[in-house]
Amino acid sequence: VSHLLSEEFWTSVIAGGLVAGMPLMFASVGETISERSGVLNIGLEGMMLFGAYAGFLGAYYGHTQWLGYLAGGLAGMGASLIMVVLCVWLGLDQIVVGIAITLAGGGITSVAQQAEFGASYPRLGSASTLSIPLLDRLPIVGSTLFEQPIIVYLAFIGIGVLTWAFRATNIGLNLRAAGEKPEALDAAGVSVLATRSYAVLATGFLTGLGGAYLAIVGAGLFTPFITQGQGYMAIVIAMLGRGKPWWVLFGSMLFGITLSLSDSLQIIGITLSTDLVNMLPFAAIIVALIVFARRSYLPPSLALPYVRGTR
Amino acid sequence: VSKPEVDVPIAPRSGPGRIGAQVRDVTFRSLMPVVLALVAGGLLLLALGHNPFSFYLDVYRGGIEQGAWQDSAIRMAPLLLIAAGLTVIFRANIWNLGYDGQFLLGAALVSGWGPALLNDMPKAIAIVVLFIVAATVGAAWTIIPALLKARYGTNEIITTLMMSFIGVDLANILIKGPFQDPTVATPETRVLPFDKMLPNIPGTRIHVGLVVAFVAIFAVHYLLTRTSFGLRLQILGANPRAAKHMGVNLTRVIVISFLISGALIGAASAADILGLWGYARANWNPAYGDTVIPFVFLARLNALAVIPFIAFFSVLATGGDIATQESNLPTDFLLVLVALILLFMTVIEYLGRRRALGGSYITPGLKDAARSPLVRLKGRRA
Repeated sequence: VSHLLSEEFWTSVIAGGLVAGMPLMFASVGETISERSGVLNIGLEGMMLFGAYAGFLGAYYGHTQWLGYLAGGLAGMGASLIMVVLCVWLGLDQIVVGIAITLAGGGITSVAQQAEFGASYPRLGSASTLSIPLLDRLPIVGSTLFEQPIIVYLAFIGIGVLTWAFRATNIGLNLRAAGEKPEALDAAGVSVLATRSYAVLATGFLTGLGGAYLAIVGAGLFTPFITQGQGYMAIVIAMLGRGKPWWVLFGSMLFGITLSLSDSLQIIGITLSTDLVNMLPFAAIIVALIVFARRSYLPPSLALPYVRGTR
Repeated sequence: VSKPEVDVPIAPRSGPGRIGAQVRDVTFRSLMPVVLALVAGGLLLLALGHNPFSFYLDVYRGGIEQGAWQDSAIRMAPLLLIAAGLTVIFRANIWNLGYDGQFLLGAALVSGWGPALLNDMPKAIAIVVLFIVAATVGAAWTIIPALLKARYGTNEIITTLMMSFIGVDLANILIKGPFQDPTVATPETRVLPFDKMLPNIPGTRIHVGLVVAFVAIFAVHYLLTRTSFGLRLQILGANPRAAKHMGVNLTRVIVISFLISGALIGAASAADILGLWGYARANWNPAYGDTVIPFVFLARLNALAVIPFIAFFSVLATGGDIATQESNLPTDFLLVLVALILLFMTVIEYLGRRRALGGSYITPGLKDAARSPLVRLKGRRA
């Protein structure tokens, strides 16, 4: 038990949690943006898979992780374009289209992977990191928090920007209005459909980026169905985060730590079943929901297509 | 400021031709997505350098010819049971997306307890007990989402998904732990001997699980269309507020429909394990629910109409396994076909709806969005 206090253990908990939590964070922040604008995106899993494969291809053939991130983001965005056209513009069922995107993401990336690489799964080199001077010498957090790929720092800055944007900018206001009361936004002369379209595209980009991070930094390779339900996990995190980016960040890191905790425990000689550890956060949330029995806040117009002139 | 455009429904036409036209319309709208998806899938195959005609011919051969139809029929059993479960809950306009957890927990318990039960009891009783166990655990796994939804309005999409994750993990823990076959190194349960599995329908290789599935489908159809519970369920689905005003006990209807849904999905696992597989492996997930959903919708949440769709998909999946092998594609290609069916379904639904309403094919909002994508709040001066 004394090992539980060892530096080695906590280093591995934080480092592992960060690696596993980042894809969740990108995807769940994306989902937060989408949900705030009134679009429920169930297709996160598929968009992550598109992003993961495209990201892997970009990093593999482009020889730089940045091309990978860009390709992943764009692939996610491309997938979300389907959602923009069918769900936002034509007002079709968001859940059905989301499920379709998830199925297509799994199927297409698996087929494409096999067509390109056959049965081999080539590995990428390890992603380069940026150490922040002085801070990286701190014990435990130094070698974990302050020695990360640049995109991690950008993501944390992005969370701050997003919090501010939600609260204090017109864009954020429009976005929230599109989810809370689209009629009011329309009456104010702002296109609900355009606002939601941009939100869904942003979701696609972020989710694709999350998938790319998973393939490039997390695994260093792409295998079919590499996300293993993380897209759905991100939906849950976003809904529990109640539209607040910092909560979403916290939730993602918490889930990230549980995803990697059994490996960390292994280091200090404690063997705990991965399945049990993975189960714990969900079980905890279910218990919390039962005990506190409060409604997870969702925008009133979530999943309702907006058609002008109807009520 | 111009008056907002409102779609005015055209008056229903009367006359003898109307019902015929409606049937034709519905059939067209149900079959068209499948046809379009197969065409689009064919184009995709062409792009991947395969001959789509020989691929679909392989699907036909591997799914129907030379007794392969029996394999397709075997595959139908769990799918039909899951379809019945999803039809009930979707009719109430509630989402049960936790089917993976409900199915796999049932599968773990059936394959874990099956060998011992079948040894100690007469086979018929043991099989009935195992079906009840699977149905009970499937139903039990929906209780928390159902109560949270009924009492506090908690979104059932999150809660069923979370319960699903817990269920899948718990199933793996059970299979790796207490149910592990001690004689093998891989994490899996003991394998049932052939003579302990579900008997076949006489003269075929198809196990009686298919009969159970058909009974379930007919029972669900009867429940939804011929009983007062079915009526209350549909009112809840159509308009919860109206249902409340009519004195429908919402909590009861929500909980019962969840329980029925979970029980049918659990029973699907018993049919699949006892009829086809005989054991369960850790991390095994056939993800039946994902592929059933499109067809439940294509059947317009009608329990009887879902039968031909599931039959079609079973042939596609059974033959597709062989066809994908022949052309060296991963079987996941079938997922792409299912996704295409879903997408075309929503689009055709949209076109049909617009036409029935007598409106244009492009919504006014779509025109706006195309015209002025960058409208700012700045312009708000009223």
